[in-house]
Amino acid sequence: MAPAEAPAPPAADARGGAHAAYAEVYSSGLYRRRRWTNRAALALSVATMAIGLFFLAWILWTLAERGLVALRPVVFTQSTPPPGSAGGLLNAIAGSLMMTVVGILVGAPVGIMAGTYLSEFGKDHWFAEMARFVNDILLSAPSIIIGLFVYAVIVLRMGHFSGWAGAVALAIIAIPIVVRTTEDMLRLVPVTLREAAAALGAPRWKVVVLIAFRAARSGILTGVLLAIARVSGETAPLLFTALNNQFWSTNMNAPIANLPMVIFQFAMSPYTDWVKLAWAGSLLITLSVLLLNIVARIVFRQQKAG
Amino acid sequence: MTVSEPPQSQTSSPTSERSLLPAMQVELDDAPETPAEPKIEVQGVHFYYGKTHALKGIDLTIYANRVTAFIGPSGCGKSTLLRTFNRMYQLYPKQRAEGKIILDGTIDLLDPSLDLNLLRKRVGMVFQAPTPFPMSIYENIAFGVRLYENLRPTEMNERVEWALRKAALWTEAKDKLKQSGRGLSGGQQQRLCIARAIAVKPEVLLLDEPTSALDPISTAAIEELIQELVEDYTVAIVTHNLQQAARVADYIALFYLGELVEFNDSKTMITRPAKKQTEDYITGRFG
Repeated sequence: MAPAEAPAPPAADARGGAHAAYAEVYSSGLYRRRRWTNRAALALSVATMAIGLFFLAWILWTLAERGLVALRPVVFTQSTPPPGSAGGLLNAIAGSLMMTVVGILVGAPVGIMAGTYLSEFGKDHWFAEMARFVNDILLSAPSIIIGLFVYAVIVLRMGHFSGWAGAVALAIIAIPIVVRTTEDMLRLVPVTLREAAAALGAPRWKVVVLIAFRAARSGILTGVLLAIARVSGETAPLLFTALNNQFWSTNMNAPIANLPMVIFQFAMSPYTDWVKLAWAGSLLITLSVLLLNIVARIVFRQQKAG
Repeated sequence: MTVSEPPQSQTSSPTSERSLLPAMQVELDDAPETPAEPKIEVQGVHFYYGKTHALKGIDLTIYANRVTAFIGPSGCGKSTLLRTFNRMYQLYPKQRAEGKIILDGTIDLLDPSLDLNLLRKRVGMVFQAPTPFPMSIYENIAFGVRLYENLRPTEMNERVEWALRKAALWTEAKDKLKQSGRGLSGGQQQRLCIARAIAVKPEVLLLDEPTSALDPISTAAIEELIQELVEDYTVAIVTHNLQQAARVADYIALFYLGELVEFNDSKTMITRPAKKQTEDYITGRFG
């Protein structure tokens, strides 16, 4: 703590002193212990990540290995075959698409509106708090319970399985996902942006629709895409609702074929043709979910850049 | 805009009275000779954030076609007072104001039955951080205009150009009106926000530290702009920069801990303030 009388030499001294102090720190037991702890923690986290990735890669490899050979053009042109003969998955692909589209067309608007209420209007009101809580429960509810619920409410009353019931079950699964992402994305819209719009004399609903929605647009869209990815692979809720159909059918008022159920049925069968088709169907679902996730990421990145 | 400064600022010598501001480089204008009309009269205003008493009985007058600067240390209530003029605080349920704020001698701005959207059309605001909407430069400005006016496309084009020219952004932006407002630089974004605020033709413009996030060149552009805008509008500006207050303002109000310490014309405030506290703040002894 010498007073700085001559400005230049003490500065040089201070620098040399700093080096000496660092060397002391490097050789201290505390520093070595910290460095060891750091390495151990790093090694552990890399190892856990490797385990996770290993299984993911294994799943993808198995799917590709067994699915790619079975993925021939006939898969997209013919309906599911009877045991022991050749066929495709056309009816199941069509059924899955129809139910997913209807389920999302119902689920996405409901989810977006509910998420908007929670973020923009309900906020800390007791009703919003309750709705948020119930939504979180719904988000983690086992899908088989949702299937059972739709079975009791729709299938039993109609007296038969149907594509509509399947679509309703998928919508119920999609809604909480969309609610949650919509609310989260709208909350990310900076309060300064809302204030700026309100300061121009914009009424509240215009601030929400014209400014907040626009700012959160791709985030909300990402939520919908993720919901599509989630419902397109659901099996349990369809087991009780859409059931399955061996033949080509686009009648939503009757049992309808769908990929998850076909996979379930064919993979467990002793017929090699059926098992092959099950792998092809699994690969199809995986690829479309992968594609949706990639699209969601690209969309989201564009928002960040824009 | 050719008619800008009244000539009397040139005739009186700026050095005849010594500024208390350290390193003060600005010329001090004399108080404007034409008597100013009151535009906003603040009468006994108290403000509460929940239980926190943030403004403790403020009385002051904002004069028409003048720049009034609110200065004071952080948390003194200057932004809070500004946000009562357009009832911005009403977006937050736990904030409330008491007292009277009279606009044009007739309307009480704190009247609960007042239409807030119409009020905010008359009293515009520009914020500390630039807040361009996620849309094109053109749409950023048209957004506010469309709320209250139904203009034909050619009229809208004229209005957008007028606002951008007023905000000194036209030459930089005229070739990229269709591009996103977020692609502009920080200083340009803030001028876009000013253009957006004046495009709806408000009577009062509230500026909440409009240059605190900007570089000196953008700051100078916006200060110049304020000097021009005051010919048509009444301006109230919150600033942490005493030099800025001295440069742009006709009147200065000093706040401390939710109270108004002193309010006077800029020259008096800076050369011979009535209170010791004001002198201490201006010379940097507190705050």
